[in-house]
Amino acid sequence: MGTLDRRVAVPQLIGNPDDFLIIAGLAGTARDVAHLCEPRANYFALAGAMGGATMMGLGLALAQPRRRVLVVTGDGELLMNVGSLATVAVMRPSNLAILCVDNGHYGETGYQKSHTALGVDLAAMAAGAGIPTVRTVWQEAELAAASALLRQAPGPVFVLLKVSAGDPPPFRRSLDAAWAKYRFRQALLG
Amino acid sequence: MPEEPKWPEEIYRILREWDVTQFAYVPDAGHKVLIARALADPDVHAVPLTTEEEGVALLAGAHLGGARGVVLMQSSGVGNCANMFSLVKSGQFPMLVLVSMRGDFGEGNPWQMPMGQAAQPILEACGFVCLRVERPEDVPATLQAACTMVYKTGQAVAVLLTQRLIGAKPF
Repeated sequence: MGTLDRRVAVPQLIGNPDDFLIIAGLAGTARDVAHLCEPRANYFALAGAMGGATMMGLGLALAQPRRRVLVVTGDGELLMNVGSLATVAVMRPSNLAILCVDNGHYGETGYQKSHTALGVDLAAMAAGAGIPTVRTVWQEAELAAASALLRQAPGPVFVLLKVSAGDPPPFRRSLDAAWAKYRFRQALLG
Repeated sequence: MPEEPKWPEEIYRILREWDVTQFAYVPDAGHKVLIARALADPDVHAVPLTTEEEGVALLAGAHLGGARGVVLMQSSGVGNCANMFSLVKSGQFPMLVLVSMRGDFGEGNPWQMPMGQAAQPILEACGFVCLRVERPEDVPATLQAACTMVYKTGQAVAVLLTQRLIGAKPF
């Protein structure tokens, strides 16, 4: 199990969020990203449709090849559609990076253990899918190098951040997906 | 050899006229020509999926980035998408799905019947307008109508390519 605090490690990995278009998974990662980005409009966070974050990131990356797209998702959300790693690997979008914040638990539903707390290695699955650049981060000293991969390495990039099962930032965000969509598109497309 | 039907080529032409650039698919015989055209077209992304719901999320992301797409699936794939369709309804994302039907008119494989019969009710329960096509001569007008409703009106539309159109399979 990880020991890093997500509230410290996620902002350090992402750095300046203005450099990305961001898709966030449910629950914890939605709050990680909203806390970091608001009041910016360069992110879209799921609150349902579990398992869709990585593929939303792929569609966005293909549509915006000159922008760096970052998916920030959790172990539970990614496990629900882990095949999307295979699809990303096949499409090889050079501008897509995926950050999986792995606390080994379903935090939103009472901190039940997820598969990654029981031996499943999502980084090995990403590498097995064929994603060319994969990194697992266990310690603070590894954050800077992993951040450089997320920001600059030719995509697709997959970084697995092993964190403790502590709460994300207590951020109350909008659950109105249509509003979030209009806001994102207006900021990006005018 | 029977002559190849022209309507799949018509579908591809119309989708490209509407500037559809992301073609997501789980292979099906009913979409064979469309998939081949997309794979051969350097101006589009042909995206193979491991499961159909990936395509729904893909197109939502494409829309955020200002691109248009379509998901090609067999009727059995509709059931794989049900929860991901909540993204479409909650976010009011435009969404075009082309469903090649099994499990309807003249189906010879009992495994195809459950989802073939459930596909349209599931789509409608998830907020899709369903347009069924039964005759080759109706394909172009139906595709035009679907593209107009999706890309101009922002709706979720499923075009059901029925077994009367594509032919029932004995297996």
